Formats: sequence, structure tokens, C-alpha cells
Amino acid sequence: MTVTSTPTAPAAAKRRRPISEWWNNLPRVQQWLVLVPLVVLIYLLPVLNPPILSTQPGYNFPIAMFEVSRYALVAIGLNIVVGQAGLLDLGYVGFFAVGAYVMALFTSPDSTLHKLPFLIVLPIAMVVTMIFGVILGTPTLRLRGDYLAIVTLGFGEIVRLLADNVDPLRGNSGFQAVGHPPGTNADGSALFNNSDGTPWYWLCVTVIIIVLFLVGNLERSRVGRAWVAIRDDEDAAEIMGLPTYKFKIFAFVSGAAVGGLSGALYAGQLGFVNNQKFDVVTSMLFLAAVILGGAGNKVGVLLGAIVVAYVPLRFQAIAEYKYLIFGLALIILMIFRPQGLLGARQRLLTYGRQAYQRLLGRGEQISSDGSLAPETPGEKA
Amino acid sequence: MTHDLSSLVLAQGDSWITFDVKGFLDQFWANTIDGLAYGSIYALVALGYTLVYGVLKLINFAHSEVFIYGAYAVWFTLFGLGFRPGDTPELPVFELIGFLLLALLAAMAVSGGTAVLLERVAYRPLRKRGAPKLVFLITAIGASFVLQQILFIWRGGNAEQGIRLMRNEPVFKLFGADVTNVTIITIIASVVLMLATNMFVNRTKFGRGIRAVAQDPDTATLMGVNKERVITLTFLIGGLLAGAAALFYMMKVPQGASYQGGFILGIKAFTAAVLGGIGNLRGALLGGLLLGVAENYGQSLFGGGWRDVVAFVLLVLVLMVRPTGILGESLGKARV
Repeated sequence: MTVTSTPTAPAAAKRRRPISEWWNNLPRVQQWLVLVPLVVLIYLLPVLNPPILSTQPGYNFPIAMFEVSRYALVAIGLNIVVGQAGLLDLGYVGFFAVGAYVMALFTSPDSTLHKLPFLIVLPIAMVVTMIFGVILGTPTLRLRGDYLAIVTLGFGEIVRLLADNVDPLRGNSGFQAVGHPPGTNADGSALFNNSDGTPWYWLCVTVIIIVLFLVGNLERSRVGRAWVAIRDDEDAAEIMGLPTYKFKIFAFVSGAAVGGLSGALYAGQLGFVNNQKFDVVTSMLFLAAVILGGAGNKVGVLLGAIVVAYVPLRFQAIAEYKYLIFGLALIILMIFRPQGLLGARQRLLTYGRQAYQRLLGRGEQISSDGSLAPETPGEKA
Repeated sequence: MTHDLSSLVLAQGDSWITFDVKGFLDQFWANTIDGLAYGSIYALVALGYTLVYGVLKLINFAHSEVFIYGAYAVWFTLFGLGFRPGDTPELPVFELIGFLLLALLAAMAVSGGTAVLLERVAYRPLRKRGAPKLVFLITAIGASFVLQQILFIWRGGNAEQGIRLMRNEPVFKLFGADVTNVTIITIIASVVLMLATNMFVNRTKFGRGIRAVAQDPDTATLMGVNKERVITLTFLIGGLLAGAAALFYMMKVPQGASYQGGFILGIKAFTAAVLGGIGNLRGALLGGLLLGVAENYGQSLFGGGWRDVVAFVLLVLVLMVRPTGILGESLGKARV
């Protein structure tokens, strides 16, 4: 699959991102040769504790790395909803909370429920969160744009207020000693404990890689194309016979599952769940991660999550101002670069361009920016 | 394992939600009157959402911060005039009215200024670039964060201690429930302000401009309406009303000025706007009053913590069943 550059439109070709272009045109084997050492390096990060990257002495570095990976997982999940399907969800923290509470209810001794091992509760948490995704999505996904955003915001608040007010959920006192995965150190102490972030980080990175594979396959499938169609023009997609409602719920449920998974992991690592951790502000930070990085671009949202989670931990002096900084960043970014740091890279359209080249011998210039980008003349041929 | 699941629902022998029907019936009229007072405050803030939505088709997510800036203005004005938290002074009537008007003016000026500044800094550059709608919403979220955090960094996380200018004293009884002086002032002043806004939009030249832009921005521009000026004016009116609402809110809930205090009230005001029909001035009044009353009923029926739940559930239900609200969208509809 050798792809030549398009000689007919050199000026336009320059505007396309050269790195992503180069990367996409590399053979699979060479991509792996770059990726495998990178992944190994990522796994080794908490052990290496590199001096400049390290958050110490302000914050335990392995735990900081877990925080970053947790945000990355959340961002991938929210990206399915916001970036892929174009549904602005301001209540994603609700799904995160449901996952955390399911984990707490089934594993914490404070709960009256039957106790189950961590690894069994993990899929249960995902399933329960998916059910919540259906419950929320079925009635509300007929709404669009702003209204959908406000309804999801309301849903997130309802989840938090239920945690406040429903007695079995224990409100502020919360659940202690939430379960953790099996495994012991050489001296017999638990491998996954609250003070050591390294095993949690490894677990979370592994989960991220698996989720990235699954989500990537979804994106390349019929479902992913349907999502992109809905994101770009819902009416057109509907008219072309796409059951948009069904696919929107599917996006919601897939995103919810990842949210529940990350919530359950978070509950396990922290070992404590109460109602204080699931407010709207957290939801906005999740959204900020997706929007900053570039909604619709998996690498972009990972980058956004790293920025949102890592920067306040690394630079403790600005931690107090993090919400102010993210607020300003959102405004400035939306004015000057509405597609985020890395815009959505539409592989499907890239394939379309290759098809054009094969059939007609010339390239078809197609916008490669995200759904949130304004349609400026010249980007579309 | 099934019995365990049921034990979650009925842990310690009590259910998730308890109904206090007797308390609800006993307090019915008191709740109604108190709800109307809250509702008229919601309605004033809701007008800001409704006007901006009517003209720009944009949910001004940062309007709640416009409101809370007004609340801070009230607090600082009273503080600057020498009043201190704690004791309620005994003032002659005319002096009291003078101080209240001063606080009202300060709140309206600060809120109006904040709203106009917000429009200049956050929304106008986007409009110039023709950004899609969702970009506006994200910018609004960012602006809301920034305004909130400025207050947080400046004043810290705790709410300001309440300064009371007048005691909340019962004036007369209606169906056995006390009607207090604060309630009377709040309801009457809100209704007057809303009628004034309605008159302004429906009777004046500027109001005609607002309606024209709401109906069709491009044609309005061709007809000589200065669209940018109309938009600024819309934000200004919304801000002024939010400032007035802030004064009544501070009279009713003295600890109202907290950096996060705007969020919940903003969502409720938005709910009120949606309930009545966003873009509809009379809908905002109707929705605000309904929401205020419904919330108070919910509070006495289920307990204090469920007050906000009622508001959010109502929001979700209304959007699901009738997204255009009870009276429908109508700011743009031509009325002579």
C-alpha cells in the first residue's frame, strides 16, 4: 500500500499535518517498531521516576502516574461520546460515580451487600454503568446540542445528590476498605495497596491499551462510521437511512462502560468512596481533557488527559489555580483553535482520498479537522 | 445473593425515600408562599437565559456567575456602608429603602457589567469567526470556570457571613401561613421588573430591534438594526435583572454569596426558563414560580436534601416531554 503525495495540490498538502501523514503511511511493522519500545517506556515510568518528570517531593510519583492514567481512561471513554458521536455530555462524572459506587457496594465491609472479589465486580460495575447509560440515553438522546448538554449535566447532579441523600449509599461517611485485585508481594503483603501506585498504574495502562484496541476497532467498523456521520450532520445521516437514535445510544453506552470501569479502578486504588468526589467540576475537568487534546482524536485526548491530570500534580504551585487555568485555556482554545491541540484525524476520509487517487489519479482534498472546527473556505475542496 | 440485593434497597429496615405526607399538608400554604418568593427570584435570573437564548440561540452557561457577582456586589456595598454581619439594625423606613436601592443599583451595575464584558471577551470573537454552536457552549463553560475561580482565589471557599438589612417579619396571614415583608418585597419587585422588561421588549424601539434579531438576524441587519448593539443590550438587560435577583436572594438567603453559589441557582433558573418555554418572557415567570413552588413541596414531602433533586428531575422530565416548554419559544414571534 504505497501512497504517493499528491502533486496537483502542493500548497494544500503542506497544510496537512506532516507527522500524522507520515505515520499513517508507515507500514504496520515499522509502526510496531516505534510503538513497542514506547509502550515499554510508558510501563517503566513509575520505576524510572525520571528527575524532570517526577512530581516528587510534592506528590508521590507512581500515584501521580496512576492519576494520569485514570484521566486518560476517562478521556478515552468520554471521547467516544463527545468526540466520535458528537454528543456533548456534561454529566460523565455520573457514570464514573456509578462505577465507583458499584465497586464500593460489592467489596467494602461497610456495605450490607454480599462481598465479591475485585475482578468479578469490575465487569459488574461496567454492566451496571451500561444499564445507567441506557436509562439516561433512552429518553434524552432525542434532544440535541445545548439541551442534551444540560440534561446530562442534570443527570450527573442527580447521581451526586442521590449519593448525598440515599441512606444505603452512606453520603459523606462513605465506604472504607474498598476491594483491590488479588496478588501479594514476596513478604505476603497485598500487591495492590493504596500507598503504592505502581501496580495500579500498570493495571490501568493495560486496561487503556485493551480499551484503545476495542475502541479503535469500533471506530473502524460500521458503528464508527455511523458515529462520524451523526457527528458531522445528524439530519443528513438520518435521511440517508441511518438509525441515528440507536447509534447514539450505542455511543452513550460504550462511553458509559469505560467511565464505569475507570470509576471502579479509582475506587479500588483510593480504597474509599464518598459523595465528595463526583461533582460537576470534575465532570468539567474530564470534558476539558477531551476538548483540550482534540475531540475525536484518540492520541489527542490522551495528550489532553495528561495535561489536565499531570500539570497540577507536577507544578504544585499552580494547583490552586488549575480550574482558572483550564477555564482560560478553554476560552482561548475555542477562539483560536476550536478543534483542540490535535484535531480529529478522520482516517475514513483518508481512505476515501486514497480511493480517489487510485480511481482518478488525483487527490481529493478533504478537511481533516474535527467536528468542532468551523468550516472555513479553502479547507474543503 | 438475591436477598442481599433486596437488603440494599431496604437497608436497616427503612426505604430509600421517606414520604412525610402530614408535614406536606400542614406546611402546604407556607410552602406555596415561600415557593413563590423563591420562584420570582428564579424567574428574574431565568429572564437572562431566555433573552440571550431568544436572540442568539445560545445557552449562556456563565449567566449563573453574572448572578453571583451581583450577590457579591450587594454584600460589599452593605459592608462598605458600615453594616456588619450578625446584627440586624433598626432603621427608619426611608433610610432602609435608600440603602436597599443603593445595594440594588450596585448589584445591577456589577451584574450588567459582567454580562456585557462576558459577551465581549468570550462570545463576540467566536461570533466573528462563525463558530458552531457547541463551541459557544464550551467557551461559556470556560468563562463560568474563570469567573468562579476569580471569586474563589479572592474570597476563599467559604460563603460570606450574611448581612441583614431587615428582619424577615410576618406582615399578615394568608390561609394560616405567614407572609413576611421580604416575601412581599421580593414578589412585587420581581413582577414589576418582569412587566417592565416585557414592556421594554414589546413597546420600545430597542425592544423591536431585539425581537427583529430574534426572528431573523440577517433580515434585521438589512433593515438597519445594529445586531451587535442589540446583542450587547440583551446581555445587559439579562445582567441587570440577575443583579436585582441577587439582591432579593441576599435578603432571603443571607449566606448566599459563595463562589459556587451561582451554579445551583443558575441551573434552577435555566430549568425555570425551559419549563416555561425558553425564549419566552412570560414563560420565564411561569416556569420560575412553578419551579419554586414544586421545589418547596418536594422539600417538605421528601426532606431537605431532596430539594435540588426535585429541580433536576423536573429539568430532565420537562426536556424529555416538552423541550419547548409550557408556553413554547416566542421571543422572535412577531407581536404588535
